[in-house]
Amino acid sequence: MSTLLLLQVMNGVQFGILLFLVAAGLTLIFGIMDFINLAHGALYMVGAYLMATFAATTGNFWLGLALTLPAMLVLGLLLELGIFRKLYQRPHLDQVLATFALVLITSELVKMIWGAAPLNVPMPESLSGSVPLAGPMRFPVYRLAIILAGLGLALGLWYVIGRTRLGMLLRAGASNRNMVSALGVDISRLFTVVFAFGAMLAGFAGAIVSPILSVDPGMGDSILILAFVVIVIGGVGSVRGAFIAALLVGIIDTVGRIFGPMLLKMAFDPAVANQLGRTLAPMLVYLLMIAILCWRPNGLFGRSHAK
Amino acid sequence: MTQTPSQMPAKGDPRIRIALCIFACLAIVPPLLSLVGLDYYTSVVTRMMIYAIAALSLDLILGYGALVSFGHAAFFGIGAYAALFLQTRGITDFFLHLAGASLAATAFALVTGAIALRTRGVYFIMISLAFGQMAFFFFISLSAFGGDDGMSLSRATLFGQELLRSEVTLFYLVLVILVVIFGFLCRLTRSRFGRVLIGTREDSLRMEAIGYRIMPYQMAAYVISAVICAIAGVLIANQLQYVSPTLSSWQRSGEFIIMVVLGGVGNLVGALAGALLTIGLEEALARFSEHWKLWFGMLLLAVVLFSPGGLTRLVERVSGRITGKGDDR
Repeated sequence: MSTLLLLQVMNGVQFGILLFLVAAGLTLIFGIMDFINLAHGALYMVGAYLMATFAATTGNFWLGLALTLPAMLVLGLLLELGIFRKLYQRPHLDQVLATFALVLITSELVKMIWGAAPLNVPMPESLSGSVPLAGPMRFPVYRLAIILAGLGLALGLWYVIGRTRLGMLLRAGASNRNMVSALGVDISRLFTVVFAFGAMLAGFAGAIVSPILSVDPGMGDSILILAFVVIVIGGVGSVRGAFIAALLVGIIDTVGRIFGPMLLKMAFDPAVANQLGRTLAPMLVYLLMIAILCWRPNGLFGRSHAK
Repeated sequence: MTQTPSQMPAKGDPRIRIALCIFACLAIVPPLLSLVGLDYYTSVVTRMMIYAIAALSLDLILGYGALVSFGHAAFFGIGAYAALFLQTRGITDFFLHLAGASLAATAFALVTGAIALRTRGVYFIMISLAFGQMAFFFFISLSAFGGDDGMSLSRATLFGQELLRSEVTLFYLVLVILVVIFGFLCRLTRSRFGRVLIGTREDSLRMEAIGYRIMPYQMAAYVISAVICAIAGVLIANQLQYVSPTLSSWQRSGEFIIMVVLGGVGNLVGALAGALLTIGLEEALARFSEHWKLWFGMLLLAVVLFSPGGLTRLVERVSGRITGKGDDR
């Protein structure tokens, strides 16, 4: 029981890391530019599809990844310069609509180019085994690699945001955009950098998850909404909050789906427990979000925005 | 009290006239269609009107209260599932379905509103989205109602008779409900309640400063909006004779927002026209291309980027240019 729990927690951490990679870019864009980007999940999906294509054409996972990342960076740059830049000054409603239109466009384009059937990306040889976790339980090396890569990126982000000049500008921009701009910082260039980087992070998440999930046109939507939950829990604009919230959401979602029904069976008869479990498990993260918002309306690490 | 013309429409409000024109045109649609032998399109227009009801409900909170709900399709689904639930329990009366749907929507709106209305702006958008997803997953988990796939149902009865079997009867029933709801919302938004709501949209801090507690007003608007959207949900269940969780997917909520914004927010006629236009456009594009969503998305993006304020503003601008009045805003 406890080893099963450990295994599920590890799976949850791995899921949380993915969520973090998507949510990190989203929360930065959100916090600094006050921009709501529904197309962020689509970027995750595009990352996975590019990875599927590049890995198939080069026949090598690592080459595929090496091609996907710069492609996502360029895509992010193009989107920012071509479309998003025009929307920063607009009301949130226009942003919602324009990015929703982008979701429709990308998911349809993806269907036109790659078809609606799910694609598979082969796992790299070097990461395909498993390691002993506890007792007879083993944990796949690939999932472990995702966790480590995500932790590495989180550390990198922490360093960039907390210790470098760029990070200082980001933090300043998140707390007071106009002031930073008035002090002579080219805020629009900062936006472009953040946006392109966020796109690359989301694309990276999509790319590394492609060997363990099937790549399909709906994959962006589910992660987008969970990423929103993550940044609301963590506090808009806070990368640290996003990290903690992502792990929390990942673990609760994964563990809840397995252990929720088990716990319910102790209290109810199996049929009721089954239905209840199926009903409650997908809702757990939203319930968590509601509970946290009741306790802290601006999220765990959110600053109260005086508006 | 001083009111600018746009806030307090006079008797001869052009928007009311436009709405009356739209309703009159809709009323002659079924005989016209059967005259040219295109009866099938009656149900398409019925669907347009049902979406118009949902869009009107969203316009009340989005346009007048500045509450951008990205989970409004939850109420659509609640209405549809309430109809399905009652139908499977042997209760087939249409009005009882409406009552059940209203009750369920009110309950859900009171709970979610109590939490969501504490937040503002982007937070509200995301929390309403989360509630919408909760409803969506709840419907998926209902294995008794087909889970993922949903379930078909027969149409409700009206006064104990199976009148709604006929597409034309259903059409006129929906039209009557649409007109009644439009009239109700027109009155509501012009009443004192409506003006307080507009006040919260313009400057909630100032409204509080002059002594209003804005939460009850927003909550009331939210609940009314929820009930109207649930009524649309009951109607769509009857029209499609099928209920599935996709009725409350987040894309559906997005579609509602598109309808309201394309038409122009906060004047009801915009939502009405926007819904008719959006569904009409979808139908037309779907006929012309399998990948209609692509073209629809492109069009939407172009409208947002190049014509802020939606189509009514575009029409205003164009007609202003023609009459030489120019852009007044």
